[in-house]
Amino acid sequence: MVKKIAERGYIFLILALMYLPIIMVIVFSFSGSSRFTFTDGFTFDSYVQLFTAAPQKLWDSLVNTVIIAVVSSVAATAIGSVAAVGIYNMKPRSRRIVENVNQLPIINSEIVMAVSLMLFFATLRIENAYVRLILGHITFCTPYVVLSVMPRLMQMDPNIYEAALDLGASPVKAMIKVVVPYILPGVLSGFAMAFTISLDDFIITQLTKGASSGVDTLSTYLYSSLRTAGGMRPYWLPVFSIIIVAVVGIVLLINVRSYKKEGRKKEKNNEKSR
Amino acid sequence: MKAKEFFGKGISKIKNFRLTRRVFAYPYVLFMLAFVVAPLIILLVNAFLDTEGGFTFDNFKSFFTDDVSLRVLGMSLAVGVITTVLCLVIGYPVAYILSKWSSGSIIVLLIILPMWVNFLIRTYALKSIFDSLDVTLGIGTVIVGMVYNFIPYMIMPLHTTISNIDPSYAEAAKDLGCNSVQTFLRSTLPLSIPGILSGVTMVFIPTISAFAISGMLSNNTVLMFGDSINLRFTHQLYGTGSVMSLIMLAFVLILNFFMNRANKGEAPRNVW
Repeated sequence: MVKKIAERGYIFLILALMYLPIIMVIVFSFSGSSRFTFTDGFTFDSYVQLFTAAPQKLWDSLVNTVIIAVVSSVAATAIGSVAAVGIYNMKPRSRRIVENVNQLPIINSEIVMAVSLMLFFATLRIENAYVRLILGHITFCTPYVVLSVMPRLMQMDPNIYEAALDLGASPVKAMIKVVVPYILPGVLSGFAMAFTISLDDFIITQLTKGASSGVDTLSTYLYSSLRTAGGMRPYWLPVFSIIIVAVVGIVLLINVRSYKKEGRKKEKNNEKSR
Repeated sequence: MKAKEFFGKGISKIKNFRLTRRVFAYPYVLFMLAFVVAPLIILLVNAFLDTEGGFTFDNFKSFFTDDVSLRVLGMSLAVGVITTVLCLVIGYPVAYILSKWSSGSIIVLLIILPMWVNFLIRTYALKSIFDSLDVTLGIGTVIVGMVYNFIPYMIMPLHTTISNIDPSYAEAAKDLGCNSVQTFLRSTLPLSIPGILSGVTMVFIPTISAFAISGMLSNNTVLMFGDSINLRFTHQLYGTGSVMSLIMLAFVLILNFFMNRANKGEAPRNVW
């Protein structure tokens, strides 16, 4: 009994500590200052400031973030999903090599990826910041798409595809009518992952955008504000709060849905094994 | 006639489509060669180039003889080890307790959820908490920040591994006369080593290569190896910067090698 209470207390403590900083951000976004103090009492000033007095640069960086995330995650999803089908059908040896290289951007530390891409773009004299950023983002997003489509392909019974061919479907048609719908859940979750990772990225964006390009995403603009004296204006806390609520909400929604689905699947399996 | 032949060839190609579905992978293979492999080769080449573009070992020499660089590396490794140990000590009980709960995986999800918020925001929040508590920023706050940022990477693989341990091992140990401590030490703990290794790798690597976190949490008095690499490149010192990146890459590859070897023995889970 004591043990149970201690265990619950410990888990609760860890959960509380994980959430404390981000809850503080939301609480103090109503303080009217960028620091964690309530000198002026409860106020919406920071929110008003965000929508009336925030610099244009903030909105530009938001637009850049979204454009880069949309373009690179759509491209990564297309390249990755098609590639997964191809990799799945490769011979074991070449398949293993390709899968290992696919793993590289995931296991590699971000800073190494970032400087290697920076050197690469500098060597090839690719100057346009958007081109650099989109190519860079596709590079680290695509492996996640491949990894999320692959399990669906492995679960798929190859007989289904062959049955479609036997019933007179052309390979292309069988592909579109059978394989694509089957892997679609994997494609969609790969897309969601690519989109979030791209939105969230800071290190690779910061190093590959080019120092003098003047193009900023939300995270790099935040970083430069953090580093300039007086750059942390009160409107940043509302920005953080909105991001926190949005991110937590979306991730929770996606996971609760997949969790429910999994639960249903497990129940079915249990019935079967009985 | 020729057109017909050509057409026929095309058709037979399409008929062989199933066999050649692997061509779907080729665009991505080319893409990876261009944007993953080639940049790393350029990095390798740059490590051996002097400022005039000639071949040299000086970059290695200047890194390994420079006290400041070596001290940053040593400091990063120390912070990395302390952070990893703290994550393991704090995270293992979490994963262990949650593996026994039916609601365990939901709670793991809740624990890792804040990780999806950008690390700059979380680090700023942590720094503001330290500021309002009048905690002096320094190596201690850096370590707290690293643990806060990376502990989800420890809990996740540990929870997966521990949850997948067949409970009959622990039962067998108990039947053979082990008390609960012995059961844990002799059965659960050894069986969770693959998870421990994954967690260690996933915490240690991002900690030593961290960028921006330690600067924010120490008023730029503590630098991690990642910050140091970035500084080289912003000061146009491509040669030593490349050498340091290669050292970082070596850490990544070595740790992942051991991690994969430990995880290989793991049988495919729950096939039946």
